[in-house]
Amino acid sequence: MKSELTVKAIENGTVIDHIQAENLYKIISIIGIEQIETEVFIGNNLDSKKYGKKAIIKIADKFPSMDDVNKIALIDPNAVINIIKDFKVVEKKQVVLPEKIKKFVKCINPKCITNHEDVETSFKVVKKDGKIGLKCYYCEKVTGQNNIEIIK
Amino acid sequence: MKNKSLISINDFSKEDYFNILNLAEEFRQNPNQKLLENHIVASLFFEPSTRTRLSFETAVQKLGGRVIGFSEASNSSTSKGESLKDTILTVSRYADLIVMRHPIEGSARHASEVSDKPIINAGDGSNQHPTQCLLDLYSIRKTQGTLENLNLFLVGDLKYGRTVHSLLMAMAQFNPVFNFVSPPSLRMPTEYKDHLEELGVKYYEHDDLNENINHADIIYVTRVQKERFSDPMDYEKVKNAYILKNKMLDNTKSNLKIMHPLPRVNEISTDVDKNEKAYYFDQAENGVYTRMAIMATMLGLK
Repeated sequence: MKSELTVKAIENGTVIDHIQAENLYKIISIIGIEQIETEVFIGNNLDSKKYGKKAIIKIADKFPSMDDVNKIALIDPNAVINIIKDFKVVEKKQVVLPEKIKKFVKCINPKCITNHEDVETSFKVVKKDGKIGLKCYYCEKVTGQNNIEIIK
Repeated sequence: MKNKSLISINDFSKEDYFNILNLAEEFRQNPNQKLLENHIVASLFFEPSTRTRLSFETAVQKLGGRVIGFSEASNSSTSKGESLKDTILTVSRYADLIVMRHPIEGSARHASEVSDKPIINAGDGSNQHPTQCLLDLYSIRKTQGTLENLNLFLVGDLKYGRTVHSLLMAMAQFNPVFNFVSPPSLRMPTEYKDHLEELGVKYYEHDDLNENINHADIIYVTRVQKERFSDPMDYEKVKNAYILKNKMLDNTKSNLKIMHPLPRVNEISTDVDKNEKAYYFDQAENGVYTRMAIMATMLGLK
């Protein structure tokens, strides 16, 4: 609860909570915070019993689509989305890994067509030994979870 | 399958394989079918591959079609900075079918998205070369009478060899036993071995060619390239361990066939060529019938 107070409460909007601190900046780039015109509050390196250090993002008056929310699962499958109305949590959503990922992740293979021509990336999400990988629709190489790089 | 493209062997089902192989057999028995008369096939080789190109162009000509194209990127508008997309969009207006070889991986998939004519991938970097795989399947079935329950030895560069990876993925569906023979630094990548384990397919790894080959139905040899070794000494140490010699074949099975995607350098000694178990030049010929079958299928002519 302490961290909730560290970062200003919002009346209506979305709170992305339980982000591992190290994942914060990747998540910021995935959800395109720079394009949001309403109030945004970000807290990082907050104390957390679960992770040691956690991060939180609060976005006023915006309710993202599940497609957007699920992108977060690629970076941090433990993140939780809270929908806030009148300062209260009205809905809690666990992020769910999507089956396909388009556009926003770069293919790790330097010889892939998506790194040479104007082609949007497209991946199938594959799981191996509890780890997530993204199999490129074009070059068929797998980009591992640790190598996920976000396209700006 | 009309107007479908052939991009990756993984897009094809067993049934698709058999349709192509059966048609290839039909073309072997009756090659004089002018199905491609009044058709133009574009042969776009953004990187040179003489063997694959000649095989395709032979297949087109046997079917009575005509070929346009180029044999290396310096002869194309790519050297002027044209995007692949624009090249494909333009050529789609000229030709009925496009065969392409390109060094960039995924290029053929991209081409198939922008073109309204079928694309046949004749190799995209180290990714896929599905027509090679289909001609290998044809050759295996032709010589063994079946694709099921075979003991396959894959020899040479198993780490970077696109050909052996595709062959593994395709043959894994037919309950084989695999034997991988390679230098320790060029072993079959884990992802492929994991795939076999998931399917319950048995495989064994060996450091050299020895009497184990007496159990083989197929020995598929690939070239161990010197460039793959960071230390030239390592290459010198291993290079002779992967040369197949005629005397090693004395106690092998009578149905054994030796295959190689070619070009060969020295990994199969020339004294093997006269052995009736040597099949690599027949395999190259099979490539023509297989490519005839693929083109006729993609154009919906058969």
